[in-house]
Amino acid sequence: MTDQTTNSIAFVADGNIPQSPPPARETGVVKWMRENLFSSWANSLLTIVAGLVIYMVLSGALPWMWNGVWTTSSLSECREVLAGEVGGCFSVLSERWNQLLFGFQYPQDQYWRPTLAFVLLFIAGAPVLFFDLPRKMLAFTAVYPFLAFYLIWGGTIMAPIVAFLGMGAAAFVFQTYGKGSFALGFFGAIVAAFAVWIIGGALIPEGASETAMLQAVPSRDLGGFMLNLMLGVTCVSLSVPLGIALALGRQSDMPLIKWICIIFIEFVRGVPLITLLFVASVMLSYFFPPDSTVDLFLRVVIMITMFSAAYIAEVIRGGLAALPKGQYEAADSLGLDYPQAMRLIILPQALKISIPGIVNVAVGLFKDTTLVSVISMFDLVGMIRGPILASTEWAGVYWELLGAAAILFFIVCYGISQYSQWLERRLATDHR
Amino acid sequence: MSTLTDPPKDSFRLSMLINDTRYRSLTFQALAFLALALSFMYLGNNLIANLRAAGLNINFGFLTDTAGYDISQKLVEYSNQDSHSRAAFVGLLNTILVAVLACVTATVFGVIAGVLRLSNNWLVSKLMAFYVEIFRNIPVLIWIIIIFTIMTAVMPAPRAFRGDNATATMVFDAFAFTNRGIYTPLPWFANGIFESQALNWLLVLVVACGSWFAARRVNVWATAKQEATGERPNTLPMLLGIWLAPFLILMLIMGLTWEYPALKGFNFQGGIKIGGPLIALWFALSIYTGAFIAENVRAGIQAVSKGQTEAAAALGLRPSKVMNLVVLPQALRIIIPPLISQYLNITKNSSLAIAVGYADITATLGGITLNQTGRAIECVLLLMAFYLTASLLISLVMNVYNASVKLKER
Repeated sequence: MTDQTTNSIAFVADGNIPQSPPPARETGVVKWMRENLFSSWANSLLTIVAGLVIYMVLSGALPWMWNGVWTTSSLSECREVLAGEVGGCFSVLSERWNQLLFGFQYPQDQYWRPTLAFVLLFIAGAPVLFFDLPRKMLAFTAVYPFLAFYLIWGGTIMAPIVAFLGMGAAAFVFQTYGKGSFALGFFGAIVAAFAVWIIGGALIPEGASETAMLQAVPSRDLGGFMLNLMLGVTCVSLSVPLGIALALGRQSDMPLIKWICIIFIEFVRGVPLITLLFVASVMLSYFFPPDSTVDLFLRVVIMITMFSAAYIAEVIRGGLAALPKGQYEAADSLGLDYPQAMRLIILPQALKISIPGIVNVAVGLFKDTTLVSVISMFDLVGMIRGPILASTEWAGVYWELLGAAAILFFIVCYGISQYSQWLERRLATDHR
Repeated sequence: MSTLTDPPKDSFRLSMLINDTRYRSLTFQALAFLALALSFMYLGNNLIANLRAAGLNINFGFLTDTAGYDISQKLVEYSNQDSHSRAAFVGLLNTILVAVLACVTATVFGVIAGVLRLSNNWLVSKLMAFYVEIFRNIPVLIWIIIIFTIMTAVMPAPRAFRGDNATATMVFDAFAFTNRGIYTPLPWFANGIFESQALNWLLVLVVACGSWFAARRVNVWATAKQEATGERPNTLPMLLGIWLAPFLILMLIMGLTWEYPALKGFNFQGGIKIGGPLIALWFALSIYTGAFIAENVRAGIQAVSKGQTEAAAALGLRPSKVMNLVVLPQALRIIIPPLISQYLNITKNSSLAIAVGYADITATLGGITLNQTGRAIECVLLLMAFYLTASLLISLVMNVYNASVKLKER
């Protein structure tokens, strides 16, 4: 019996078998590919099709970019250098880069001015976009619009100084009287600003622009990507306060105010931006006093601001509607009046909810600034389709120019949307 | 207890206009009305003075004058001897044409890209994310110009199709891709029941509607039978017959023939010509808006909570049923409102036609007519009236839809 037992147990394990590695198809790259690229026949087919698409695009684009010519002065010269090979004539970018950025009429020795304004824009914008920065930097943000105006347009320094003093007076009046009664402070501020502007405007001597330190540049000489950026930044920053006012007006209990706001918003949202730009270019001047000349840039800024204000108003209305009713009632029960309740309780929360929407509107608006090329302003697209493609040297260089425009817009718009996503994560204080 | 005396007589004081909430809103509205009326008067006065100085008046009589310009892409008869209003009508139809075409293709692109972006295939989902980001972040005007450039600068000229050593060939001998546009075969009826081809097509549409109703009846009948007996009859042959038989018979009776484009002289003749500007506008609006729709579709599908899918699976539904009966109805409620506002955007963005010379209403009424007659105010007002009507109609559709799918809560 014992004998049989010892014989029947032929092998007794006296240790652990070393762990064998998982099968090759279950590890590393192979596993990842099996799971993510070839998990079923349909998936494999998709992968192959996608791979083919990517290969076709890259095989066309890479040699074209790699063989690109950067240093010739005309298309025919560039074709000679390429000698029949595939390659891009990127020399149009290196030669006309300044025109693409600043337009073809901005004085060349003054390019440092818009460049400086652009760099300062980041310093001015930083405290608005990133709240961790010291609040004292906001002082520079307040000065920036006037500084940028002076840098870009030049002329007499008195004009921006008077404008700044007017805003300063308005702020002072609002600080002093706004505490007691919002309406008094608000309307007082408007009166103060206009008083300073009218008095100051009368004090600026005639012809001060000719002898100014910075050469005056008229608006019609602005162009290129600078024009897109200027229109985008100006119109977005002007339309946010206007949009807040319109959104509050649309929620108002006063029927007249409510209906004015509704009609304005729905009207503007119902028509394409191009028709509004037509208004700016051919119709708006009929509504100004007969002997005044309001330049096209200002007219376009007015119309685009109205346009984006209507969209921003709808976004903010969404934010206001998303607030629980208890917030309004709590503000009332604390005895706050309407301006206080809005400023301290409602708007901070509603604006926080609306930030992604506002950024979307801003990105859309920045893209829409290319439409001004239709009313013959020479923004980036207008420069490409107009002076550059019409010139004898560069007629026919489409892809390099359009590609450069696309990349410039992509960088800015993608950057803004990434910022918005970061901000959303940053502000997510409520759930989870 | 003390008795309540009558409240003090309300004596109206002037300061109550500001301090009493009952009157304050009236004060504000009166002020607002005053400001509005004053600014309108100011603007109106300026307008009258400017018009008088320019020797103009507001008059829509120019609409009946001869337009004098040609339109190459048109849906209805038009010659340069027709009136400006006729030209505007041609433009209006062209706007509707490109808007409808772009809405259909943008939806197709958007749904495909949105669904594929959620695919578990890494390469495909990354590729779709790339597509969405690229197209959303570059202005639609640049896309329109890029595709227009492809159409005009890359496609071969009609003469490249000529001769023995032609550098370009027609696809299937039926489609010609040239730098003037794409030529496709034109279907028409050799011995139609009506004289006019349009009426014949209308008849086809009526027959198709009839088939649709019949197919619905069959489905209702099949469902009733399934509920009675537990077994669903196979309706596929019946449905095929209902859809195909009347259609094929009609086509045979009316003698459907195809007119192929052919190279005659310097250009292609016959068939349907889809002009380069129309293609550029159509395709650019489709891929641009498709990227936005893809994001809406993705958000809509992701918004349906996983519990819904799991619950449906726990009830024993097959995956296709889970999608059709549980996920899609809920996702569509989220997807459709932004989808309709994307349609609105397409309609408004179609006004960019003016940049590539497609004769939509902005290019005819707001472009050439405006420049020829100098009637800026009238033209822009008519243009705005058209777009306002269009967008109000689309919003109306959206509101009706929203009301119909609203969650019915207690």
